[in-house]
Amino acid sequence: MTKEEEKEIDQSKMTISEEVVIKVEQMNKWFGHFHVLRDINLTVNKGERIVICGPSGSGKSTLIRCINRLEEHQKGLIEVNGVELNDDVKKIDKIRSEVGMVFQSFNLFPHLSALENCSLAPIWVRKMPKKEADDLAMKYLEIVKIPEQALKYPGQLSGGQQQRVAIARALCMEPKIMLFDEPTSALDPEMIKEVLDTMIDLAQGGMTMLVVTHEMGFARKVANRVIFMDEGQIVEQNNPNDFFNNPQSDRTKLFLSQILDH
Amino acid sequence: MRNNNYKFVQKEVIAQQPPPLSQAGVTGWLWKNLFSSMSNFSSISAALQSIIMIILTFVLLYFCGGQLYSLIDFALISAVWSDPEVLKRGSCTTVDQGGSLPSGWSGACWPFIFAKKKLLIYGRYPAEELWRVNLVYLTLFLGIGYTLFEGAKGRQWTGLAMLTIFPLFALILLTGANFNISWSTNLLLLGLSILFIFFGELTRRNFLGNIISELTSLFYICGVTLFLIFIAALLLSIDYGLSYVETSDWGGLLVTLVVAITGIVASLPLGIILALGRRSNMPIARTISTIFIEFWRGIPLITVLFASSVLLPLFLPDGVDFNKLLRALIGVMLFSAAYMAEVVRGGLQAMPRGQFEGASAVGLSYFQSMRLIILPQALTHVIPGIVNTFIGLFKDTTLVLIIGLFDLLGQAQSTIADAYWSSPAQAPTAYLTVGIMFFVFCFGMSRYSMFMERKLSRGHK
Amino acid sequence: MSKSYSNAIDLIYNKRFRSIFFQITLLISVILFFLWVANNANSNLTARGDSFGFGFLNNTAGFQILPTLGTWVVSYDVGKSTYFDVFLIGIINTFIIAITGIIATTIIGFSIGIFRLSNNIILKGFATIYIEMFRNLPLLLHLFFWYFAVLRVLPGKREKVNLLGESFGINITGLYGPRPIFNEGWEFIALGILFSIILVIIFSRYAKRIHQQTGYKYPTFWISSGIIILIPCSICLIYSLLYNLPIEIQYPEFKTDGPKLKRGYAQGIGMMMPPEMLALWMALVLYTASFIAEIVRAGILAIHKGQTEASYAVGLGRGETLRLVVIPQALRVIVPPLTSQYLNLTKNSSLAVAIAYPELVSIFAGTALNQVGQEIEIIFMMAMVYLTFSLLTSLFMNWFNSRIKLVER
Ligand SMILES: Nc1ncnc2c1ncn2[C@@H]1O[C@H](COP(=O)(O)OP(=O)(O)OP(=O)(O)O)[C@@H](O)[C@H]1O
Ligand SMILES: [Mg+2]
Repeated sequence: MTKEEEKEIDQSKMTISEEVVIKVEQMNKWFGHFHVLRDINLTVNKGERIVICGPSGSGKSTLIRCINRLEEHQKGLIEVNGVELNDDVKKIDKIRSEVGMVFQSFNLFPHLSALENCSLAPIWVRKMPKKEADDLAMKYLEIVKIPEQALKYPGQLSGGQQQRVAIARALCMEPKIMLFDEPTSALDPEMIKEVLDTMIDLAQGGMTMLVVTHEMGFARKVANRVIFMDEGQIVEQNNPNDFFNNPQSDRTKLFLSQILDH
Repeated sequence: MRNNNYKFVQKEVIAQQPPPLSQAGVTGWLWKNLFSSMSNFSSISAALQSIIMIILTFVLLYFCGGQLYSLIDFALISAVWSDPEVLKRGSCTTVDQGGSLPSGWSGACWPFIFAKKKLLIYGRYPAEELWRVNLVYLTLFLGIGYTLFEGAKGRQWTGLAMLTIFPLFALILLTGANFNISWSTNLLLLGLSILFIFFGELTRRNFLGNIISELTSLFYICGVTLFLIFIAALLLSIDYGLSYVETSDWGGLLVTLVVAITGIVASLPLGIILALGRRSNMPIARTISTIFIEFWRGIPLITVLFASSVLLPLFLPDGVDFNKLLRALIGVMLFSAAYMAEVVRGGLQAMPRGQFEGASAVGLSYFQSMRLIILPQALTHVIPGIVNTFIGLFKDTTLVLIIGLFDLLGQAQSTIADAYWSSPAQAPTAYLTVGIMFFVFCFGMSRYSMFMERKLSRGHK
Repeated sequence: MSKSYSNAIDLIYNKRFRSIFFQITLLISVILFFLWVANNANSNLTARGDSFGFGFLNNTAGFQILPTLGTWVVSYDVGKSTYFDVFLIGIINTFIIAITGIIATTIIGFSIGIFRLSNNIILKGFATIYIEMFRNLPLLLHLFFWYFAVLRVLPGKREKVNLLGESFGINITGLYGPRPIFNEGWEFIALGILFSIILVIIFSRYAKRIHQQTGYKYPTFWISSGIIILIPCSICLIYSLLYNLPIEIQYPEFKTDGPKLKRGYAQGIGMMMPPEMLALWMALVLYTASFIAEIVRAGILAIHKGQTEASYAVGLGRGETLRLVVIPQALRVIVPPLTSQYLNLTKNSSLAVAIAYPELVSIFAGTALNQVGQEIEIIFMMAMVYLTFSLLTSLFMNWFNSRIKLVER
């Protein structure tokens, strides 16, 4: 019995609609003189599950951070849910409340309990009554399977539990899109499984997901496309099957041979 | 999976391109560091913030620029630099004030400072004996410079010498030594020290039973300390042919340095003992150390100086009297020992438990493990804290003017009273001079402490 | 050395014996030291014909004290008031400097600390220069600068410089400004203010409950300010229409004509801050602010960048991120060193002795001590006052730390 078979996945249930939720066109970004993202073009339809991989420093994090404008791009266009990202603070707050993000280092608020971490944004952004927000938070804590930890503080939780609280916190805003930036790379192997299972459940629920990860098992099983980035450029995009079995570009081949070797 | 039109393989690599102007060069820099904070008008609150930023920027630019310019103008451009005709106050006053400068003039009066140079640096120290002070200054700066110099050979030994031999050397040179220390005192010191070392030796060889043998280190420490005091007393009682200079004739930078350096050097051992006491698990020792530390930290230095100048004579037996400087030194010492103790305690607290356990696991006694394992690490760790305490003390030495000693600021304050130089520029010029001197010392030391902090935290990772 | 002997002594016993022996020796030497000191003091005092005791506090003090809040509160009267009154004046004047200074230095320090983190080079540069310049100079130099180099060169008694229009003015005798005069009926205003404060508390509780229950957020700040301003003002208006003005503002009076000797500010009209107090206040506030700015900066920098990013990512705006995520965490880092800066400011107010502003050290340990001797008692009382301040501070700090400690694993 390998890990692959533990969770039955039915790709056909995860439908992809025609609706475009993210559109990136000729996007460029610089850090000082360093050209981090070069001519990025990317269209994401509703319900897609995209895995982004690539060597360290290739700009994966920067790309998904541009999508909810934790980083500003300097050239080109990014549209999320039909809204273009620019300096307009109002629009950005709105986009951010529709796009959930999960970080590599969890970034839970240490002064708030797990429940308060989750209900904070519904209360202050969605203007929800506290009772309702707590119920909502509880609902998502149940979905990520840690309702019993609701009253604990982040300092008292294990890494895997913290990351699941972080996912619940993002889900509480009922986002249309979820961004994951290496959500499992700060975790021990048994915790990785907890978090990946949660993400698989999400995918089966029809969530649009952009996932930066090195978990190739997850990519094969869940993704409908894989993007390979190198030196700030999208080098290759394909469905997981073709991507892993029949890579086209030399750089992709090299990368795959390196990560699949051990 | 119908839609497969995303399939894509890059044909050619896109090369690095230069960033748009908003990101690079002077404009990019200006944009990032200036305009980006005040150019967002996309919503009411963002616009409000931008407007506040614009106003603040201009107000500060005007205010700060204006102040900075008037300071430069005062100190350099409009300043009077020489007084060839020895007019004294006449050279720094305007026509309506009885001088020769155009009315409306305002600037620094540097000839005044040049005339008072000796007072500010040495106080009323006899002019023909200044070489002694200069020698001490020179040794001090060379010694410290060498100790701080990365990679210099034997810098620890230089540092140790600066902490032990140098104060004695400075004391002999500055006072002239030839103190009247009786032979009986010297003999007593010598005898006691030999006795202690003898006991230490006996206990080391386990001649006096197990219980006492735990005290070996204590005996040795007492013995060696007494022996060092004996040597110092001996050296101080020798006649080197130097004339005696009263401490009441010391002043200016000399007093500032003497008070600050004595304070810090003497407070180090006392502070270490107090910190160990406060961290020990002996309740009485802990209580006494804690009360001592919190008492001195709870009251202002001025109170301490007051107390040491009026209470010390009362508390000592009739006939024993210290001079003013020594009284102030005792107060400053006790005061800074309390602060030093807290700094050292911080270092001890930051030590991982494993170090204590490891030390006792290899069978070291309390004194040995402290001396060989714990203190060297803890003290290195708190060098920045020690330097910061020193900066605080250095600035606080100015308070001795309140009990009638003339440190740098006190000396400057007294020169302001000189009617021959009386002019509106007199006080600002004097304060500017003192300010520059203090700033150079304190700023330099604070940079050093930051440098050490960064270095230590790098070594930790 | 027989083996059985050393084995017989349990190591624990051995250690315990050693520690008890050492501690008793220590205690005895400390007690002996104090006895020795007491004995010396006693014989020195007898030789001088003095004795220890606090009786002098009931003697009348025969010296002038600069009119300040303290002298006003205890209504100091030369020749009638006692040394205990002098002690009280000292405490009150220390206290007033400390309280007003702490408020001002907090505002300035926080602003400069935040400027220091701004991405506007002008603000950042200003903050950096300010911090480095102010904290690397001795406080006494600040004090002398303000007192001797700034306030002493102000125009003389018969002239003035206006600040903020006509209502505030400054010259060598001090800073003059308006002051409220309480007429008949001011109690109603006071009651009105009290009432509106209670109302605001009730309202904010209510608003919080509504926010929790329905999610609706009242503009609490605006409504509270409205209550605080409108209720007392309308009471004042109604009362003055019916009877007389309950509170008047008295402006300082500056005479430019009449006999030459009577020109200048009229004493006793309006509010006056003597130059000694002004200089001390400026020096303390600006000096301490440079330390507070560094504390604030370090506190904000101590919060990981991920915290704000996570907050933005769930859709919270800048203001809410600051209020709900950054400040609660930064306060944990900032408050402990901040309180010790407050304590420092209070202790540093003793520098007043250098320019004779009548606070505790200056009049009690300075003037009073010179007149009555009694060094031990006076310095003891003075030390006790400061020790009480620091005890209160550390009690607060312990309470705060235990309340706000982050729950760790
Ligand atoms: N704030 C920043 N300022 C300057 N350079 C940055 C900044 N953030 C990232 N970079 C640089 O941009 C490049 C891309 O960073 P990014 O974090 O996107 O890489 P990544 O693909 O996520 O790598 P990893 O797999 O290690 O997380 C790196 O070379 C990094 O050094
Ligand atoms: Mg990354």
